[in-house]
Amino acid sequence: MMAEVLLQANAVAKHFGGVKALRDVSLSIRRGEIYGLIGPNGAGKTTFFNCMTGLYVPDGGGFDFDGVPLLADAPHQAASRGIARTFQNIRLFGNMTALENVMVGRHVRTKAGVFGAMFQNAATRAEEQAIRERAMALLHYVRIEDRADDLARNLSYGDQRRLEIARALATEPKLLCLDEPAAGMNGTETAELRELIDGIRRDGTTVLLIEHDVKLVMGLCDRVAVLDYGALVIEDVPAVVQKDQRVIEAYLGA
Amino acid sequence: MNFDFGRFFRSTAGIVMVAGALLALPFVAAMGGQAWVRILDFAILYVFLALGLNIVVGYAGLLDLGYIAFYAVGAYTWALLASPHFGLHLPVWVILPVGAAFACVAGVLLGSPTLKLRGDYLAIVTLGFGEIVRIFMNNLNAPVNITNGPQGITLIDPVAFGGFKFSGTTELFGLSLSGPQKYYFLLVALAIFVIIINLRLQNSRIGRAWQAIREDEIAAKAVGINTRNIKLLAFAMGASFGGIAGGIFAAMQGFVSPESFSLIESVMVLAMVVLGGMGHIPGVILGAVLLSILPEALRYGVGPLQTALFGKQLVDPESLRMLIFGLALVLVMRFRPAGLWPSPERRRELQEQA
Repeated sequence: MMAEVLLQANAVAKHFGGVKALRDVSLSIRRGEIYGLIGPNGAGKTTFFNCMTGLYVPDGGGFDFDGVPLLADAPHQAASRGIARTFQNIRLFGNMTALENVMVGRHVRTKAGVFGAMFQNAATRAEEQAIRERAMALLHYVRIEDRADDLARNLSYGDQRRLEIARALATEPKLLCLDEPAAGMNGTETAELRELIDGIRRDGTTVLLIEHDVKLVMGLCDRVAVLDYGALVIEDVPAVVQKDQRVIEAYLGA
Repeated sequence: MNFDFGRFFRSTAGIVMVAGALLALPFVAAMGGQAWVRILDFAILYVFLALGLNIVVGYAGLLDLGYIAFYAVGAYTWALLASPHFGLHLPVWVILPVGAAFACVAGVLLGSPTLKLRGDYLAIVTLGFGEIVRIFMNNLNAPVNITNGPQGITLIDPVAFGGFKFSGTTELFGLSLSGPQKYYFLLVALAIFVIIINLRLQNSRIGRAWQAIREDEIAAKAVGINTRNIKLLAFAMGASFGGIAGGIFAAMQGFVSPESFSLIESVMVLAMVVLGGMGHIPGVILGAVLLSILPEALRYGVGPLQTALFGKQLVDPESLRMLIFGLALVLVMRFRPAGLWPSPERRRELQEQA
């Protein structure tokens, strides 16, 4: 029996004016795998991400997540359905502490409203306490708990990447989408990141990875999809993808 | 500054001293005449208003230049429900919530079309909204006379709980309390209420969501914050406080007219928030008190000062007063760009950018 599909993209298309950023891309991500999405600069990887997480509305096609269609144009619903993401150019809440950043990530799984905040009833206080504890645990999970009270903007680059992952994990995602998490990292940092991503999968979260670092993707992912000029070239296990003539051409521009 | 004001105000000694000062203030001010007590009343009313606007501007980062519109809605609600104009004289516990609710609806009405706007663009739309409300108040006297137009509404009922009226002088515990003095205590109570709500909101799930939207709206969406609702909530909350302040204003003055709700009022309240220290409660309070008292102090001080210095009036005191006031604002923003009393984070933020 085939592994269950978590996310199914059905002929997703997106164009910006005359530029076709995505041409009917169909692919499927299975539950529990690390799925790599690679391609040359401008191939449409991030556009695909943005369509999936609701930041862009696709011009054609759509997504099924967990067997139910994803609504277009509703980023906060993507998060509540269980899709969390990080950004290629890190987007943290710079003037909030690391801990507060992760606490914001709990927003979608908690419910205290204005009146709860005003009256500080027992349920609200308990929830606030739980949010804080969970956020602290996640900072520990990505190993930056000693930076909890520092402003996010003052963290080192690598720590900012980790913090962004912790914030994404705080939303309890079924699918964690990482947009070039290794960009700008040195060898040691990349190795640590790899370990972290592997751990996240082992703990039961499916991971979608966009990456430039082909070595990282091939070593880490169960399956890989290659995009070129907005079209899907191939979707297969790394060993097959690596040897595919079209992929080699796309990368070498031959 | 090495003295930690924040800690001082949280210590028991600090609280006792502040409470003592707050209790004594209206009696000290009364020595200079009831006019000073009224100035004090307005200072606290502005604290209330500024803290309401602080939710919108300071927490959620939405630049609102039409805030006074909600104050106007609250004031007119009170005026219409408790004056001979319609012959209605509803009690305070009905009018105040109704005023807050109307203002809240107005807040959502203003908020909805501006959800996709930011910064300058939002400021212009809200500015327009503020003017629309004022012009409505000015012109809603025909064909059906609702607001009595530019003449405004007079003989508005004062705040009263049961038989206890806040206007006129009462004897209480052997003390003779004037109307403004009684309003002072009511306003202080309301201000403390709004301070507590501001503080509690700041460190709550909603407060963090506001801050997140202020910091990075796209990232806020990506972690599942419904930015539309949360922004509307900020508008609604801020507007409700504006509505309550407006109601008290109408009752205190006994008279409202559209003139009281001009653009300059919105700008003043915004200046209080920015000049004091956006998003930082003690700063906002300081800003509101200074900006409401300084022009009045100058009104009384500038004339005699000129006579003392030069033996005669060189410049018209009224123009000189606004000149000094404007200069003071410029100087504060030049030398303390984060506000007079910014939150520690914001101060750091500006220092690093410099």
